[in-house]
Amino acid sequence: MASEAPNAATGPPPAPSPVTAITGTEVIRCIGLTKQFPGRGGAPSVKAVDNLDLAVRKGEIFGLLGPNGAGKTTTVGMLTTRVIPTSGQAIVGDIDVVAEPALAKQLIGVVPQVNTLDRSLTVFENLYFHGRYFGMGAKASRAAANELLERFKLRDRAKADTLTLSGGMAQRVMVARAILHKPAILFLDEPTAGLDPQSRIALWEVVQDLHAQGQTILLTTHYMEEADQLCDRVAIMDHGKILALDTADGLKGSIGADTEIALQADGDLDALAKLLEAGDTVTRTQVTGNVLRAYLRGSAHGALPRLIASADDAGFSITDVSVTEPTLETVFISLTGKELRE
Amino acid sequence: MTTAAIDPSLSGTTTPSASVQWSAFGALLLRDALVVWKTRWAFLLRTIMQPLLFVFVFGYVFPKIGQGIGGSAGQAQFSTLLGPGLIAVAIIFQGIQSVALPMVQEFGYTREIEDRVMAPVPVWAVGAEKIASGALQSLFAAFVVLPFVYLVPSTPVHFSFNWPVLITIVPLSCLLAGALGLTVGTRVEPRQVPLIFSVLVLPMTMLGAAYYPWTSLGAIPWLKAAVLINPLVYMCEGMRMGMTNIPHMNAFAIYGAIIGFTVALTWIGIGGFRNRVLT
Ligand SMILES: Nc1ncnc2c1ncn2[C@@H]1O[C@H](COP(=O)(O)OP(=O)(O)OP(=O)(O)O)[C@@H](O)[C@H]1O
Ligand SMILES: [Mg+2]
Repeated sequence: MASEAPNAATGPPPAPSPVTAITGTEVIRCIGLTKQFPGRGGAPSVKAVDNLDLAVRKGEIFGLLGPNGAGKTTTVGMLTTRVIPTSGQAIVGDIDVVAEPALAKQLIGVVPQVNTLDRSLTVFENLYFHGRYFGMGAKASRAAANELLERFKLRDRAKADTLTLSGGMAQRVMVARAILHKPAILFLDEPTAGLDPQSRIALWEVVQDLHAQGQTILLTTHYMEEADQLCDRVAIMDHGKILALDTADGLKGSIGADTEIALQADGDLDALAKLLEAGDTVTRTQVTGNVLRAYLRGSAHGALPRLIASADDAGFSITDVSVTEPTLETVFISLTGKELRE
Repeated sequence: MTTAAIDPSLSGTTTPSASVQWSAFGALLLRDALVVWKTRWAFLLRTIMQPLLFVFVFGYVFPKIGQGIGGSAGQAQFSTLLGPGLIAVAIIFQGIQSVALPMVQEFGYTREIEDRVMAPVPVWAVGAEKIASGALQSLFAAFVVLPFVYLVPSTPVHFSFNWPVLITIVPLSCLLAGALGLTVGTRVEPRQVPLIFSVLVLPMTMLGAAYYPWTSLGAIPWLKAAVLINPLVYMCEGMRMGMTNIPHMNAFAIYGAIIGFTVALTWIGIGGFRNRVLT
């Protein structure tokens, strides 16, 4: 099929493209995708991915958001030929990944969770050989490598040993390498894990730039800000299952609240929660650990003093308060009863 | 900012492109060649050291100090039979050095083989490339060692090359070495690396008919039979058949065993590679 208009370009974050603007075909499909790892040494087997159905549209940045062990890497592994599903189907483009792995690999670019740069080669050679592995000629591969080094501000590191790179640079080299052969779909597995805030933003810019050019991207993350600011649509994942899937705004809207007040107090938080819910300000509460979250319609103005006063009256002494808008973390907590990062 | 357009088309790739696959295979070999070139001095050192010391001590020093093996007639014979043995050892050694050891690291912690595994070829082809690459390095090692085993001994060395034998035995032996390297490399954990030498390489070479002809083991029948599980025995005997007039094992047995071991180790090695790469 012919080319389609790429998704509207995004500005600086937060500006995810409206999901309604995406009318492309689905370029990643998981149908009942399941991976069960056999238990080793008497350990029970683990269902890392459990009957997953998923469709990613052409040109979108799709986020898989979930805590450690949610099954994100396993899902990416199945879509990128490396993990053989126990059952179900994984399709990229129109290729069945399990049946035709060599073909599927032509369509995809992958940035794995760990640094996999070839340590025997320089930065330039890493890119150059990647092109050659994908059937590009020497000249084309050299040109593409140089162009990407320029674009990712890695020019002066071309001859560097990959072990001398900072985490952020190594990650940029890995992204450059993954897109060098112009894959139809780019997989980024936790691309900013372990990066400092500056490197993270630099990488986000790279990703948004690719997105602006129409690159389809599936990324996994356990940073809700990343999913929120970068992704057109987000699937919240836990225990191998997708719990909710929508735009970040849609997910946050599903909470049915405009404000989140997180309280810490001495005493029985569950009792306090009951007390607050009994009033007419708070629509919902959630207790996780030593934090009580109260959700309200409208802003915290006016409501906050009243809440604190009624807690005080009932004999609770509040030690900490923070007021935010609902975040994806809020959504995660309301879906699972636990926090995204432990 | 550049404008490398991303190809949005996902169709039209429904047939595996054989040319892409071959060029990918070639590129993987090219990558290994570059790495060898970058480490050429280390490559030469590790290739030359063992045979050089061996041939120097047993072929040069021993005769000179009169601590010869088998009197002066046996001496000349010894230097002659040692040469092919050392070349065979160099070949098998290279298979371990150039395939198994890097692979143990790559699977163990560096994970750097990952990108090559994502090349658009079947996984078995990436494993097969490792065998090919190891075989080429073994072949190179054989050529590097040849002048040393000929020139260093202080007693005459009588080589008589049987070319049809050599041009078949040497490449087959190199493939065997590469396949052995892949088999070992996909089954050993990084912390077990020192064991590769004490448990595998050392017994293989000492009991591999490298330093004595297999045919002369008649005096120790159980050993003569037991060492037949060692592929190096056939490689050494084959090299002797191709380079000397020293009596050797039956040619069919040599070819049959080398081919058999190569096929079996290729099978096991590629199977192991798939298991390490796919979960
Ligand atoms: N090779 C394996 N063998 C056995 N169990 C595995 C294997 N790989 C993953 N698992 C298990 O499957 C589950 C999902 O793991 P996965 O790596 O997909 O999670 P993740 O969402 O990527 O987590 P993280 O954020 O830590 O990267 C975990 O319980 C993990 O222990
Ligand atoms: Mg992961």
